[in-house]
Amino acid sequence: MSLLARYRIILPAVSLAVLLAATFWMQPRAMSYFGLNLLFNLAVPIALATIAQMMIIMVNDIDLSVGAFVSLVACITATFLNDAPVLGLAMLLALIVTYAVMGAVIHALDLPAIVVTLGMSFVWGGIALFILPSPGGSSPGWLRTLMTVKPPLAPMAVVASVVIAVVTHFLVIRSGLGTVLRGVGGNARSVQRAGWPVIRLKALAYGLAGLFGVLAGMALVGLTTSADANIALRYTLLSIAGVILGGGEFTGGKVSPTGAVIGALTLTLASSFLSFLRLSPDWQIGAQGAILILVLTARLVFRQKRAEA
Amino acid sequence: MTISKLLLGAASLAMIAGAASAESHMAETSDKRIALSNNYAGNSWRQAMLQTFEETAEEAVANGVVAAADAYTTSENQATEQAAQIQNMILQGYDAIVLNAASPTALNGAVKEACDAGLTVVSFDGIVTEPCAWRIAVDFAAMGREEVDYLASRLPEGGNLLEIRGLAGVFVDDEISKGIHAGVEEHDQFEIVGSVHGDWAQDVAQKAVAGILPSLPEVVGVVTQGGDGYGAAQAFEAAGRDTPLIVLGNRQDELQWWAEQRDENGYETLSLSIAPGVASLAFWVAQQVLAGEDVPKDLTVPFLKITQDTLDAALESTPEGSVANVVYTLEDAQEVIAEAK
Repeated sequence: MSLLARYRIILPAVSLAVLLAATFWMQPRAMSYFGLNLLFNLAVPIALATIAQMMIIMVNDIDLSVGAFVSLVACITATFLNDAPVLGLAMLLALIVTYAVMGAVIHALDLPAIVVTLGMSFVWGGIALFILPSPGGSSPGWLRTLMTVKPPLAPMAVVASVVIAVVTHFLVIRSGLGTVLRGVGGNARSVQRAGWPVIRLKALAYGLAGLFGVLAGMALVGLTTSADANIALRYTLLSIAGVILGGGEFTGGKVSPTGAVIGALTLTLASSFLSFLRLSPDWQIGAQGAILILVLTARLVFRQKRAEA
Repeated sequence: MTISKLLLGAASLAMIAGAASAESHMAETSDKRIALSNNYAGNSWRQAMLQTFEETAEEAVANGVVAAADAYTTSENQATEQAAQIQNMILQGYDAIVLNAASPTALNGAVKEACDAGLTVVSFDGIVTEPCAWRIAVDFAAMGREEVDYLASRLPEGGNLLEIRGLAGVFVDDEISKGIHAGVEEHDQFEIVGSVHGDWAQDVAQKAVAGILPSLPEVVGVVTQGGDGYGAAQAFEAAGRDTPLIVLGNRQDELQWWAEQRDENGYETLSLSIAPGVASLAFWVAQQVLAGEDVPKDLTVPFLKITQDTLDAALESTPEGSVANVVYTLEDAQEVIAEAK
């Protein structure tokens, strides 16, 4: 098992390193404190959204509303949290609770998460459009300061990614509760037989996803300084791709928080790399898909080799 | 080829270059690199915009006005993606970014970073609010008002209007709609009885209008945002209703339809939109800023109006599937700058 866990992280890490080396070779200017921050700072909200998605995939569900949810959080952060911090905070907390309730409902009524979250994405989108009908708002000062801080040694983007990876690693992999949560995804019935209240665990997993979704939206506004209702729609697919790229699997219970963060960084870097290559935008989406397939193929090859051995 | 011929060629080239430098500050910008950051390429307007930029850029590079002018388009039309694109341009060492933004505010962080790194940022069409950037804006609200003014001049009796809006949540859509509503307030003989989103695309507009038509009373006019007039006309025809006065948006299919209607039954209307060539204007403004010219931060570009009299000429010069266009030159840019001073 420990070998598997190690394998899980080696491949995403190697993909990131290879891509990073290629980027540095093509654009030596990126190889600096300033350059690394420019290259990766927008990956921080994506990494947080990817962790949110990972929480859902961990319990064997999938969340198609991450992008709309992060957009909504961004809209609230740029308006209410800035103008009336208490009300804004209350709204964000309410969103997290809603997410937890959504998890409980999905489990209690045995609904397909893919349908519920798809439906909820329209609800989030509608509320976001209601709050911010046209783009605007502004980032709370403290958030902007936090996202543009210049720590010594390594740039903010790198420090933040490491912090996110370490914290979620302890939360999901090392803690007892994290182990049970992964168990829910792996085999909910046996967790239930062991005396755990699965409905509460599912609510917890969804609540955690909501929490990280909220953090993603706030981080995003700290970087962009304002929001619009469509700002993060592409995060839905990016976050799913990030989880899978980082070694997670759709079968539930098999996830890697560190891998998910690395997956998010890799996806961000991949699009920058393609842009440095001066590839026509018509080909870029396809090329991104090709990178994804390449990494997944490599994983399959590794796993087969391991099975043989 | 003899050496003397070579020398002659080189001399004449130098003369041409010298002449060009006199009027465009070439000496200062010949080593500068300009990038176009564009958020969307999926409609006829944007395609024409990209083409105009590329033509202008190619010529400028060939004449040695700038060292490079490359166009980049994001694949998913998302602000976060474009912010990353702008940050990449900083890393690629461009001197100026000409920007058609996915959001007026969500790119401010990236634009500020570009300014801090010493880049000139000129936004146009989709402008950004970050104070360090230049803005070449179109008064979209005035465009909306003008549509209603025109309707009032043609239909003094007033009546019911149908409004076709653009893409929800986008700044341009909001501005044009505000202008239209302000116009209706002024000319209170009109009433907007229905409003649908046509997403600036004929097929979407046609579906949306067809969906709302059965619930509407008689409509005398349709106010639009461009790219939706032809679809609206098709929906009216399919529903078997009289074609109202539809304000058009300079697309070739709209102009074609207008000309056909005119020849058939003397249909009269107005068509207005901004010319995609505004990208070339933004290019020259960026070049002027790089050349050290003192350029005001806020510039306005007039919209391109096509009337009954200019219809034939406009239709002739507009390729099929495209949109009526004007290519701006350095002189045009200097004129716009002088006007704003």
